[in-house]
Amino acid sequence: MNMLSRKAMDRLFTFFCIASTALAIIPLGSMLYTIFVKGFSVISIDFLTKLPTPAREAGGGFGNAIQGSFIVVGIASIIGIPLGIGAGMYLAEFPNSRLSRIVSFTADVLTGVPSIITGIFAYLLIVLRFGGFSALAGGVALATMMIPFIVRTTEEAMKLVPAELREASLALGAPRWKTSLAVVLSTARFGIITGVLLTIARIAGETAPLLFTAFNNRFWFDGVMNPVATLPVMIYTYAISPFEDWHAQAWGGALVLVAMILVLNIGIKLAAGRRW
Amino acid sequence: MENKIEVLDLNAGFGSTHVLKNISINIPKNRVTAIIGPSGCGKSTFVRCLNRIHELVPSAWVNGRVLLDGKNIYDSDVDPVDIRRRVGMVFQKPNPFPAMSIYDNIAYGPKIHGMKAKLDEVVEDSLRKAALWDEVKHRLKDGPLSLSGGQQQRLCIARALAVEPEVILFDEPCSALDPVATAKIEDLILELKENYTIVIVTHNMQQAARIADFTAFFLMGELIEYGETAQIFENPRDKRTEDYITGRFG
Repeated sequence: MNMLSRKAMDRLFTFFCIASTALAIIPLGSMLYTIFVKGFSVISIDFLTKLPTPAREAGGGFGNAIQGSFIVVGIASIIGIPLGIGAGMYLAEFPNSRLSRIVSFTADVLTGVPSIITGIFAYLLIVLRFGGFSALAGGVALATMMIPFIVRTTEEAMKLVPAELREASLALGAPRWKTSLAVVLSTARFGIITGVLLTIARIAGETAPLLFTAFNNRFWFDGVMNPVATLPVMIYTYAISPFEDWHAQAWGGALVLVAMILVLNIGIKLAAGRRW
Repeated sequence: MENKIEVLDLNAGFGSTHVLKNISINIPKNRVTAIIGPSGCGKSTFVRCLNRIHELVPSAWVNGRVLLDGKNIYDSDVDPVDIRRRVGMVFQKPNPFPAMSIYDNIAYGPKIHGMKAKLDEVVEDSLRKAALWDEVKHRLKDGPLSLSGGQQQRLCIARALAVEPEVILFDEPCSALDPVATAKIEDLILELKENYTIVIVTHNMQQAARIADFTAFFLMGELIEYGETAQIFENPRDKRTEDYITGRFG
């Protein structure tokens, strides 16, 4: 092949890659643009801090849903982070045990379970048993989604720690548990924290698991055993309603949710870049 | 001359691979003993049997006796954790704990063993013994990865000294270092033998000739020849030793 056609091939391929990238970005850009344009006019201090009002009544906001989202994601984190990190540590430390293989397989399966199914799980476990929708049930549903992701990132981050560091600690006469915590886990902490934050960003927008667990509420948070409003469910409820002003508010809610997840993601990028 | 370690009929390996075959050797106290031999001859596995690190690898096995001050470290009433404190180790690649400061790297071992009093003194003392104090005394809170490779290796030596071992095993401690850093580590080893018994695995025969009092030549998992360093290098008794040190193989 002569030089000219080789250069032409090179150009063509570069163009193809750039065009594919552009095409892949279009949906994201278009979605962010639409949400921003339609949602921005709705955003106000009232919208962020007030309770919802009945349809066709001016004012009111998603304050309780924003509060509820933080609470439900918080409950999920309290349950999911320690369990996920603990199981991930076990997988990294005892990769060849029988239990490890079972946990590993289970985590893979859980990762692929549709989110509505984790909602049913929490419904059976909490809602039916305690006789009603609750923030706790929503938190359990989201925690069930979080755990496999945190297990995997913890395991991967800990396996990246060189074996020489583990040996150095053991050669000083450190017991194994101390080595795992003080050397392996602490060396892997950046990777684990990043993984946990990404997982939180991922589940914060989940709607399906909350529909029949946390349910919804027109008022402020009223204890973990009562139903609670969350941003995704509130957006869903407003978006499928027949009222124009509710549709507008759903766009506002979507903008708040996207902004929160975006801020979390950008924060992770910045923090990872600075190595904390 | 007193023996610090006596090894009797030591066999070790991984799964079906037999790495060390019937090794019997005496390591004298307060001397430097070098282990030389081509790659894969079992040098590293041998020293790793002396502090019971070998057995941490899945499928690893060991039998035979290793007497430390006359007591077999493989007896069932011996705690391997205690052996590892008494027999310290410095590895091939400098491996300071990256998530800890220079200070904490040294303090980690003493803290584990409950030596909480006078931690500052232990840290300073260990760094002085490792000839690193003057270079790091103003940056003890910094991470260890800002140090050069040679400094990191001396930090690892200081870390090993901090738990007050009796024996220090060096597993090719200079193979990742430049000649200047290597010279510093060698000087340090010669100083340390006043107070510690030292076993050093090395690929570098000049290094063994420079610092070791005794040298053992390993080949294919067997101890071929063991004696005073001068004798091994100038007047080897075994043909294989002679071939190795004159560079005919390995």
